[in-house]
Amino acid sequence: MKVPLSWLREYVDLPAVTAQEVADRLTAAGLKLETIVSHGHEIKNVVVGEVLDIEELADFRKPVRHCQVEVGEAAPRGIICGAVNFSIGDRVPVALPGSVLPGGFEISARKTYGRLSDGMICSEQELGIAESSPGILVLEPDVPIGADVVELLGLRDDVIELEITPDRGYALSIRGVAREAATAFGVAFRDPADLDLPVSTDSVYPASIADPSACDRFVLREVSGFDPAAPSPLWMRVRLARAGMRPVSLAVDVTNYVMLELGQPLHAFDRTKLTGEIVVRRAREGETLETLDHVVRKLHADDILITDASGAISLAGTMGGLHTEISGSSTELVIEAAHFSATGTGRMSRRHNLVSEASKRFERGVDRELPLYASLRAAKLLVELGGGTTANGVTHVSIGVEPVRITIPADLPDRVAGMPYGREAVLRHLEQVGCTVAEGAAEASARSGGGAAAALSAKLDVTGGATDLLTVTPPTWRPDLVDPNDLAEEVIRLEGYERLPSVLPAAPAGGGLTEAQRLHRRVGRALAADGYAEILAYPFIGERDLDNLQLPADDERRRATRLANPLSEDEPLMRTTLLPGLLKTLVRNVGRGLGDVALFETGLVYRPVPDAPATAPVLAVDRRPTADELASVEAALPRQPLRVAVVLAGEFESSGWWGPGRAATWGDAVEAARVVAREAGLELTVAADAHAPWHPGRCASLHLGDVLVGHAGELHPRVIEAYGLPARTCAMELELSLLQAALPGPVESPVVSSYPVATQDVALIVPAATPVASVEAALREGAGELLEAIRLFDVYTGAQAGEGNKSLAYTLRFRAPDRTLTAEETTAARDAAVALAAERVGAQLRSA
Amino acid sequence: MSNYDPVEVTPLHADEVARMQADALAAIAAASDLDELKQVRLAHAGDRSPIALANREIGALPPQARAEAGKRTGGARKAIGEALAARQAELETERDERVLVEETVDVTLPWDRAPRGARHPLTTLQERVADAFVAMGYEVAEGPELEGEWFNFDALNLAPDHPARSEHDTFFVESVESGKVLRTQTSPVQIRALLSRELPVYVVAPGKVFRTDELDATHTPVFHQVEGLAIDEGLTMAHLKGTLDRFAEVMFGEGITTRFRPHYFPFTEPSAEMDLKCFVCRGASAVPGNPPCRTCKSEGWIEWGGCGMVNPRVLVACGVDPRRYSGFAFGMGIERTLMFRHNAEDMRDMVEGDVRFTLPFGMEV
Repeated sequence: MKVPLSWLREYVDLPAVTAQEVADRLTAAGLKLETIVSHGHEIKNVVVGEVLDIEELADFRKPVRHCQVEVGEAAPRGIICGAVNFSIGDRVPVALPGSVLPGGFEISARKTYGRLSDGMICSEQELGIAESSPGILVLEPDVPIGADVVELLGLRDDVIELEITPDRGYALSIRGVAREAATAFGVAFRDPADLDLPVSTDSVYPASIADPSACDRFVLREVSGFDPAAPSPLWMRVRLARAGMRPVSLAVDVTNYVMLELGQPLHAFDRTKLTGEIVVRRAREGETLETLDHVVRKLHADDILITDASGAISLAGTMGGLHTEISGSSTELVIEAAHFSATGTGRMSRRHNLVSEASKRFERGVDRELPLYASLRAAKLLVELGGGTTANGVTHVSIGVEPVRITIPADLPDRVAGMPYGREAVLRHLEQVGCTVAEGAAEASARSGGGAAAALSAKLDVTGGATDLLTVTPPTWRPDLVDPNDLAEEVIRLEGYERLPSVLPAAPAGGGLTEAQRLHRRVGRALAADGYAEILAYPFIGERDLDNLQLPADDERRRATRLANPLSEDEPLMRTTLLPGLLKTLVRNVGRGLGDVALFETGLVYRPVPDAPATAPVLAVDRRPTADELASVEAALPRQPLRVAVVLAGEFESSGWWGPGRAATWGDAVEAARVVAREAGLELTVAADAHAPWHPGRCASLHLGDVLVGHAGELHPRVIEAYGLPARTCAMELELSLLQAALPGPVESPVVSSYPVATQDVALIVPAATPVASVEAALREGAGELLEAIRLFDVYTGAQAGEGNKSLAYTLRFRAPDRTLTAEETTAARDAAVALAAERVGAQLRSA
Repeated sequence: MSNYDPVEVTPLHADEVARMQADALAAIAAASDLDELKQVRLAHAGDRSPIALANREIGALPPQARAEAGKRTGGARKAIGEALAARQAELETERDERVLVEETVDVTLPWDRAPRGARHPLTTLQERVADAFVAMGYEVAEGPELEGEWFNFDALNLAPDHPARSEHDTFFVESVESGKVLRTQTSPVQIRALLSRELPVYVVAPGKVFRTDELDATHTPVFHQVEGLAIDEGLTMAHLKGTLDRFAEVMFGEGITTRFRPHYFPFTEPSAEMDLKCFVCRGASAVPGNPPCRTCKSEGWIEWGGCGMVNPRVLVACGVDPRRYSGFAFGMGIERTLMFRHNAEDMRDMVEGDVRFTLPFGMEV
């Protein structure tokens, strides 16, 4: 809402303070300052002049005039002007040499078109009144020569732009802002809607309300004999422009002006284009209406319409119809002012994607008592400025509405704020807001609307146990005040939020982070310490990602949630794997010259559950949902497990003066999984697997017991090509949620033996395809409890291992907790280990 | 034994012992390194050295002569031993000085063989915020990012026709009538916390949220918030102010407090916008004539988040009795906090994953 300060000052006796101070007070009251724009302050030395003589200069490709202008000095000034919309005797604004125009534009006497131009005759645009103007501004004939134009036209003004929150519809008007300003400064407020209604019982154009749920007040007034050519006065156009509305024609400008001033949207019909009674009703199936913006709109049965015998003529409170619009020849006007349903206009506006100044106000709540006054103000202005007459009569259809009454304990604001305001302050502030306050409780019937609404308001009733009760009737312009806390807020904000004390409550001792949350953090730290940089990719993917990953048609990861309104049509799906985001980020880094990249992400993936309900029901809000109701929402949501993934390319250990580094390999990817599992205190079982998007010969499945938790390894060459990744890019992804659920609890403290260690080395020949993991498992099991550690220190494939074999060399470290091991014991344990390996995987002890 | 002739035991003569000692000391002094000294030790103090051999002859002396001869050889052996130890120490010191100098390296050589990674500052900033509240007794609550509309809107007093609901620029799951959205705020976690936890509830909920904004320097469709909720008996707006003031101090230092301005949120009533006193200029830049401040744009305060007393309607929707319980909620944007806390100027840096942005933030922010 843009509020010219001069307009505001008409209705509130503001002290002599700056616009900033006014804005600060309004901000403190909840009307937040966005910007202040100053107008006219920089304009200097522009005076009224009378054109005494005009000499048309030929020889130029466009009209150029040399004018003699009387500006109240010793002699007239000669001024060059390119506009032709004025005549001798007209009074015009003249910028004298040395004057300054908006934008710091300085005027000086200068030679142009072969003459000295001793100043400039100004247009509205040059004076900062309009964004463009066809010619120069011709002033009223009676303005005094030499007078300061800025003073004369009231061009010096400050416009405060305020952010109006959706609950404060009344503040979308000078009236509403003036009321707040008056309260904030403790000064008098003059209500611009406080007009004397003419006494008349006559109706004008006939109207009725067919659907009381759509409209509870409908008012029509008439103006006849209006001069459609009458221009809007300059002052009105200046105010409209500064309030952000484009001046159009007098009739339109007047309806806009009154809307800005009072907050009541108005609509003007051309009476000659109306046929039959006006009826406010809902739309019928198949109806259409061409609105002012030349769009033919298919109407919905819920749309609220103004209709006449011809059908729909206006989308109520949203936009008028084209056919009944006033035109440049309309002399007979019907002014409509009504009170439409806030939810009804809001829905209509969203349905037709049509937000207008009117719909914005109706949706946020308009004072239902305004239509009679606003229509009168408009009719009077139209007659005053455009001639014609207005009948005293008015068509007034009204549906009775029970006013909202709220009973609160007098100390409710104190209890909400946590500081004592006292009864007197509470009463004063509620009355400043416009509430009527009565002592004691309201009669029960006045409070309850019946049914669920009554049950809800009973739950919100906080009067229990209180003896000092107030029954508050909010003013008609505050439809947002419905609950006890709404009233508490009014008192607290008018007292000032800055007065609230600062008291730290004693929260009960909390349990700290959960084990799952701790693990999540540890995993991040461990991977970062290992060289991975964390990213937070957008979770949006496209079909193309699923193809790039070479996922088979029946892969679970292809079953993704689709967005109805994605930002990009290329990425309408929610990720089912973290890899696309990581891989694209890796490519971005490589593209920026960072060849050695190791990235990780932890985040949710979205996995729709097969056969889940398509819709999540919207539950009631007047009570706690039942367990079944809550379950019905959960059932429709996808599973959203937490995952962790890494991608890496280039060198994992750097080259340098010390020699070559080490390229990232499948092994680093698998190790990243082990790093994650180690943080969880869990051990993964690693086995060969063939799973997209990994290289089928370099892909490890990761199991926790029998549960598959993820995969790691080198990516498939086709995936590398599809994403444009560096060769041999590796990746790991696993479901952290599964690890969180399997956390083993506290570590069992080991017994540290101080007896001597005994080591034995063994070299085993096994078939080349035998997984090392199974050899090691057999050795461990076979060696028994005396085995302290085992380490593979060599893998050899060559002639000495035999064709199709490999040799694995292990160091076994034995130690007993309670004695020094004898050579016989150690050897027996080693032999048992080798024997089990021989049995399980056919390992043969390699002869020395 | 009377025919025993002591004169025959030549090596034990006093001048002979003195000569052995003198030879030994000379050889020790002449040893130029530890290896030579080792040879000297063998030759003059070893088992086969003259003095050791002489010592063995003592047994052949008549008993009355043995003590004196023993004293003589013992004295010589002690002198040789001491000389050896002294020379050993001398030569070791010489060697150490030489060798340690020879082994000098350039310790300024780089050794970044295994580069360290980093955590994303948006992650660690969320943790830091959460930790501040955990220290006050709060617990960290979580919820799904793809959420039921009821949780994201209706239960938070944002009815389908609420004007604020259309301001949320919501991503809808296909179809628009699915009742499922990408959560537009972390507030649905409030609802989940109230439905699943015993009262009183003090929780903080960091997380990812979504709005249909295009990415630019100051907007991103995927961003992060931290939400706080406290529901207990007797909680007031003064408690809300006290909590946020304490939080501001924990995050930005002593004396940095908050300021409330009336605002509107459907899920709180009364509601406020919360400003943070500028932790750089401490408000000084707002006074005309003082140097400007880039952090608060010389306003003295930084817009930080929203807060208010939980709307009793929200409590009712969660089955909490507003006649007995009250509470407050607050929330702030993590990206925005990172921007002013660390002078991060472009939101795109936070989402693109360029490691040059992330690495300097290290493990904690």
